[in-house]
Amino acid sequence: MTVADIVKALDLKVLSGAGGLNREVSGGYVSDLLSDVMGKADAGQVWVTLQTHKNVMAIASLKDLAAVILVSGYQPAENTAQQSEEENIPILGTDMSAFEVTGELYTLIRK
Amino acid sequence: MEHHEFNIEGGDFSRAGYASSQVKKILKQMGVDVGIIKRTVVAAYEGEVNVVAHAYSGAMYVDINRDEVQIELRDEGPGIEDIEQAMQEGYSTASSAVREMGFGAGMGLSNMKKNADELHIESEPGKGTKVVIRMLLNTTTGD
Repeated sequence: MTVADIVKALDLKVLSGAGGLNREVSGGYVSDLLSDVMGKADAGQVWVTLQTHKNVMAIASLKDLAAVILVSGYQPAENTAQQSEEENIPILGTDMSAFEVTGELYTLIRK
Repeated sequence: MEHHEFNIEGGDFSRAGYASSQVKKILKQMGVDVGIIKRTVVAAYEGEVNVVAHAYSGAMYVDINRDEVQIELRDEGPGIEDIEQAMQEGYSTASSAVREMGFGAGMGLSNMKKNADELHIESEPGKGTKVVIRMLLNTTTGD
C-alpha cells in the first residue's frame, strides 16, 4: 500500500510533499510527543498528529516515515510544508479527529 | 577516521535535527548497518534537541572510525543538577513553550540510553553539559 492509496481511501487532502505519494506504507504511529515518536515509530509508518511545527518534518525525515497526517483540520506551518516538499514526505490533512482517522487507517492497513 | 563538527544554537528549534540529519547522511554513505544508523539517529537527535531546548549554545562533535561512532555534545548552559533524576523517564525541566511543541516529556535521555551502546554525561551546574554517545560498528544487533 502506498501513501496515495491511503489518500484515496480516506479522502485526505495532500497539503504538501506530493512527490512522495508513491512511498510504501508499513504501518502507522499516533502521538503528539516528539520523543515518543522518535523512540517508537519505525521507517515506512504514517504518523498521525496535531503538531504542525517544523520539527515534525525533522523527525519524519530522520525516521524515514512515509507520511504525516494532521488531524482536526490543522495546517502545517509554512516552513514545515517547505521541508515536506524538499524531503518528498507528504503532509496529509483531514477534518477527522485522531481517533477517527486512526480507526480508519488501522482497518485499511490491516486488510 | 572522520571528524565532523556542527554548531547548535540554543533556542533555535527551526534548525533542531540538522546536525543529526547530517550524521545520518554520513553513516549511510559509509554503508553502516541500518539498525545501527537508526539507533544512532535517535540518540543524536535527542542530544541535539536537549542543547536547543536547554542550553545557550553548543556543538556536536562526531568522530567515526572503523570500530565506532562517537558523538560528543558540549554546551554552555544551565547544566544538570542531578543527572540520576534527569535520567528518570518523565522527569523534565523544559519550559511550557517547549512542552507545547511536544518536547519536554522526559523521554529524551531515556531514549538516548536505550539506543546508545554507551552514554556518558558530565555536567557542571551553571556552566554546561557534556554528553558522549558511543556506537559500536562491529555489531548488527538492534532492529
